[in-house]
Amino acid sequence: MNKVIITVVGKDTVGIIAKVCTYLSENNVNVLDISQTIVQEYFNMMMIADIDKASAPYEEIYTQLEKIGEEIGVKIKCQREEIFTKMHRI
Amino acid sequence: MLNMFEVIETNNMIEHERLDVRTITMGISLLDCCDDDLAVVNEKIYHKIVSYAKGLVSTGEAIARDFGVPIVNKRISVTPVALVGGCACKTPEDFVTIARTLDRAAHEVGVNFIGGYSALVSKGMTQADENLIRSIPQALSCTKRVCSSINVGSTRTGLNMDAIKLMGQVILDTAQATKDQDSLGCAKLVVFCNAPDDNPFMAGAFHGVTEADAIINVGVSGPGVVKVALEKARGENFEVLCETIKKTAFKITRVGQLVAQEASRRLNVPFGIIDLSLAPTPAVGDSVAEILEEIGLECVGAPGTTAALAMLNDQVKKGGVMASSYVGGLSGAFIPVSEDQGMIDAVAKGALTLEKLEAMTCVCSVGLDMIAVPGDIPASTISGIIADEAAIGMVNQKTTAVRVIPVMGKTVGDTVEFGGLLGYAPVMPVNRYSCEKFINRGGRIPAPIHSFKN
Repeated sequence: MNKVIITVVGKDTVGIIAKVCTYLSENNVNVLDISQTIVQEYFNMMMIADIDKASAPYEEIYTQLEKIGEEIGVKIKCQREEIFTKMHRI
Repeated sequence: MLNMFEVIETNNMIEHERLDVRTITMGISLLDCCDDDLAVVNEKIYHKIVSYAKGLVSTGEAIARDFGVPIVNKRISVTPVALVGGCACKTPEDFVTIARTLDRAAHEVGVNFIGGYSALVSKGMTQADENLIRSIPQALSCTKRVCSSINVGSTRTGLNMDAIKLMGQVILDTAQATKDQDSLGCAKLVVFCNAPDDNPFMAGAFHGVTEADAIINVGVSGPGVVKVALEKARGENFEVLCETIKKTAFKITRVGQLVAQEASRRLNVPFGIIDLSLAPTPAVGDSVAEILEEIGLECVGAPGTTAALAMLNDQVKKGGVMASSYVGGLSGAFIPVSEDQGMIDAVAKGALTLEKLEAMTCVCSVGLDMIAVPGDIPASTISGIIADEAAIGMVNQKTTAVRVIPVMGKTVGDTVEFGGLLGYAPVMPVNRYSCEKFINRGGRIPAPIHSFKN
């Protein structure tokens, strides 16, 4: 398992999750968990994904996700899971 | 499984509270570069640094991208050059050739600073040590990236007052040699007592002789994160305050630990230590002074500042120690004046004086740091400032340091601009009474007694 955390923050609009998930499925990235909420009128989504069997290298995935974010006017970040687990789990 | 609020908290720290890893510093031993032919020494040094550190910058950038956390600086520290060049260098000018080599190697691998143009003279100076010290003004004025540090005392050996006297003059000469750049050379020169062997922070980093061939040390940062956390604890008692600082320090340090382990693995260089310092930058919201003000001071420098800083420093260590497998370096809150907007403001409005800063250094790392003073003060006064600070370190068994910048052609009321992370500073007044006779005595101050503590 090679987990990454994908976060999307921005103004809510139609099709954000669809666009991200389409890209992930095209690149054989398995989504393990999705949660979303609206904080102060901002759309917040977090996805835990496994890139172990991904067809594209990690560098390409995070660059492409950033691009998709720019296209739909939200901020998409893809980070390795460890930065969060190290910080929040003893 | 991680929840969304944890993820948002981490990303808020990075995006809005200036959480970053301040530096990945690769320590490289140059002891195997010794030779009696100066040209050979220079060649060996250049090749060793370039071959060990060629992947440092790109690896740092890749780690920053993978985890989404900024890594501000990639740097190198080397064995104190007085030891490496001692056999080949017969004059101060010989040592300057090594400074140029270090600068060239740093440029080649793309690091912004290289530390270790150093001598350890806490008890006495060899001829090589003295030559290196005398070469510092020239070395720092003809190089861009080289940083120099001199250890002039320790708890075990006492203070080398001859070296302290010499350093007063060397600092003035360095200021003079770089007067076209507001005496910037002095910002790259630190005088230590109890210097640590594994400090990753500049300008005082060097790779101690007790260290392995190469090592990765990481300095974390995050005054902004602590400040924001404390905003939520306004009006609470000290118990709540301390718990908040500890938890925040833990989280910050874990990021440093992760980056250090990852850098160590990717570069195939052993992990040394995490330095748990709160290192400010001139950016608003990245200030240790602002933390102290959030704790309850109207302005840093007010009565209560030393106590607040002592508590902050201790809680940062308590939280950070558990987050890392190895802690070292300076580990504490830094209080540089020019690199901290809150400190700059406090000095500008007269709330913070040199004397109060000296008191603050008794309870935190690292010392009188990045302080601009008038360029016309005598060398003996600078030596006196160094001696006072070194005495605090010696007696309290802690690291202290002095990085003062006597700015040529400027006086109290003027401002100097160093640029970038070094920031800017108002020139501070210095006590004008002389200590010349004290400094001119020569010799050593003996090591203090380790019992009858008071």
